[in-house]
Amino acid sequence: MSKKVMVAMSGGVDSSVAALLLLEQGYEVTGATLRLFSNEEAGLKGKRTCCSLADVEDARGVAARLGIEHYVFNFGREFRRDVVARFAQGYRRGETPNPCIDCNRYIKFGRLLERARLMGMDKIATGHYARVERDPESGRWLLKKARDATKDQTYVLYAMTQEELAHTLFPLGGLRKTEVRALAAAHGFGNARKPDSEDICFVPDGDYAGFLERTLGIRAEPGNFIDRTGRVLGRHRGLIHYTVGQRKGLRLSFPRPKYVVRKDARANTVQLGDNEELYSGEFVAQKVNLIACERLTGPKKVGVKIRYSQSEAPATLFPEEGGRVRVRFDRPQRAVTPGQAAVFYDGEVVFGGGTIAGE
Amino acid sequence: MPYLTGEFGNPSSAHAAGRRARRAVDNARAAVAAALGAQPAEIYFTACGTESDNWALRAAMRMQAPKGRTRLITDAAEHHAILRTAQALRRAGYRTQVLGVDRLGRVSAGSVRAALDESAALVSVMAANNEVGTRMPVRAIAQAAHEAGALFHTDAVQAVGHVPIDVQELGVDMLSFSSHKFGGPKGMGGLYVRKGLPLPAGLYGGGQEHGLRSGTENVAGIVGTAAALTEACEAMEKNRAKLAALRGRLTEGILKKIPGAHLTGDPEERLPGSASFVFEGVEGEPLVLLLDQRGVCASSGSACSAGALEPSHVLLAMGLPEALARGSLRLTLGAENTEEEIDEILRILPEVVALLRKAKR
Repeated sequence: MSKKVMVAMSGGVDSSVAALLLLEQGYEVTGATLRLFSNEEAGLKGKRTCCSLADVEDARGVAARLGIEHYVFNFGREFRRDVVARFAQGYRRGETPNPCIDCNRYIKFGRLLERARLMGMDKIATGHYARVERDPESGRWLLKKARDATKDQTYVLYAMTQEELAHTLFPLGGLRKTEVRALAAAHGFGNARKPDSEDICFVPDGDYAGFLERTLGIRAEPGNFIDRTGRVLGRHRGLIHYTVGQRKGLRLSFPRPKYVVRKDARANTVQLGDNEELYSGEFVAQKVNLIACERLTGPKKVGVKIRYSQSEAPATLFPEEGGRVRVRFDRPQRAVTPGQAAVFYDGEVVFGGGTIAGE
Repeated sequence: MPYLTGEFGNPSSAHAAGRRARRAVDNARAAVAAALGAQPAEIYFTACGTESDNWALRAAMRMQAPKGRTRLITDAAEHHAILRTAQALRRAGYRTQVLGVDRLGRVSAGSVRAALDESAALVSVMAANNEVGTRMPVRAIAQAAHEAGALFHTDAVQAVGHVPIDVQELGVDMLSFSSHKFGGPKGMGGLYVRKGLPLPAGLYGGGQEHGLRSGTENVAGIVGTAAALTEACEAMEKNRAKLAALRGRLTEGILKKIPGAHLTGDPEERLPGSASFVFEGVEGEPLVLLLDQRGVCASSGSACSAGALEPSHVLLAMGLPEALARGSLRLTLGAENTEEEIDEILRILPEVVALLRKAKR
């Protein structure tokens, strides 16, 4: 079997060490950095974002140190179409989208894998903290959590298909972040102490409203804060400034803390409520992708993560029509947010996941 | 290569080593001038064609402004060295007008004439386009510019050394060239400035290049530039015939063997070694990468500083739909290329195009 791997190199510590490890394991490694957008496009000239020119140069430097070929691919058009446009659409619908899921789905495991195979590579690799294994019984490719639970990134990988998993390596799955940084330092990679990129790569300052206005001309439209009876409580600055569970930044004062409970894009209202009103016993996940098995035929007990930074909550899955799954928590969970990913875990194994549907 | 090894003299020094270096630079300048139909004192060496373009445009606009002439006229198929300098001039308060080009990539003397009036300071139109090879009617445009009292500059980076260039015959005020485009060293370029034109300096400092382009001369680069240009001019006629044959074989082969392939640029009035195409249903970036893996060095669009590919602004300016413009390929032939190599390309390229079209979902 061919041992040619293309490593997606962001210029950061993780993907650099991933390339190093694969070389040590005897793979024929090629590095590739993706150009997804330019800082100027995002209106962030001079800011350090992920995939900036400086990151390309970092990746190129590591590739030179490792003695591997390095390519830069321009996927800007696809990124705008498949990631940024979807991100904007999600906000327009009143959701809080997670573009990293789409980037993985369409760009990294879509376009990049396609490009790599065109160029004669057998697999791609990334620096994600995750593990891929083949189940000896079913023959299915499984996605499993990383050994470093604090860094586990399977949440953003739930949409991977069998074909993609069969052609992807995650060399860091068995390592801790501290070990990875140590390896980087030991090999003289300049990025060993580079801080991890957080937040959405193309909106590093977190100002989503500003980004959407600058790049897509979407303007935030003020509307009403309402309570659950429909009574108007005040004015909001535009749906995009709020997410379910948010307490700060409402610019209103109440005797008891109020939280964003729901956003209604059609009515342009933001519903506020007490903490208790944030709890849901169940929700529906749509566009569900199952990894561990082909189809959900009956109820299944899993752990569900409804947010990247949140721990799993025990729940039961019930299959529904059209690729949808009903998720019923054992205990009501707080701030279930339409547009976010819901990922189902069966112990270490990623059972699958989907997007949290609005009402 | 004496000036990269034993000869370290600085041409500005009074001692013997300096004087030897000075003589080498003088001789080089004379050779370059002769090749362009200019006088030695009209040739200024720079670090690249881009520097020449930047200098010519910014200095000329500064020079013309007190006369109330504050408008720069250029065209949409120019190299970024011209277009981005024009953008910078606009931000600095000058007016810029970017004329359209036709579907062959040419700007007409007529459209330039229509844009000229007493506010026009400078017209800048390239001698030949780098992406599609189309040659521009430089002499006619220079004439039109002068009739309106404007200056004329041409970015002749692609043309010098490939087709005969005589600055007197063309009637230009300034002309940019670039050494590596005719086989000289990278990091070297030059600007022809017509005698009597009081162009402001490009770089201030020790006063080299008659005070207009300070900085210690790149002696080895200058000597290499002159040698390359002399050689290129001597071989020009012979090469043109050979290139015409090779390019014809290549173009005919590609258009015959690959469905949905189109030649871009003027089929006749173009640089001898330039072969540029667009292929329907194909993207330039993977095309170039797959060709590279098979030993063919080609280009598409323009490389950005990250090393990724951007779609060509020239093809878009020529009116090609964006999807088609993304499928561009440039194969630049040189005198060292052979018929066997052409046939090799004609074997490899159709396979690669078919592979990409099949992979496209």
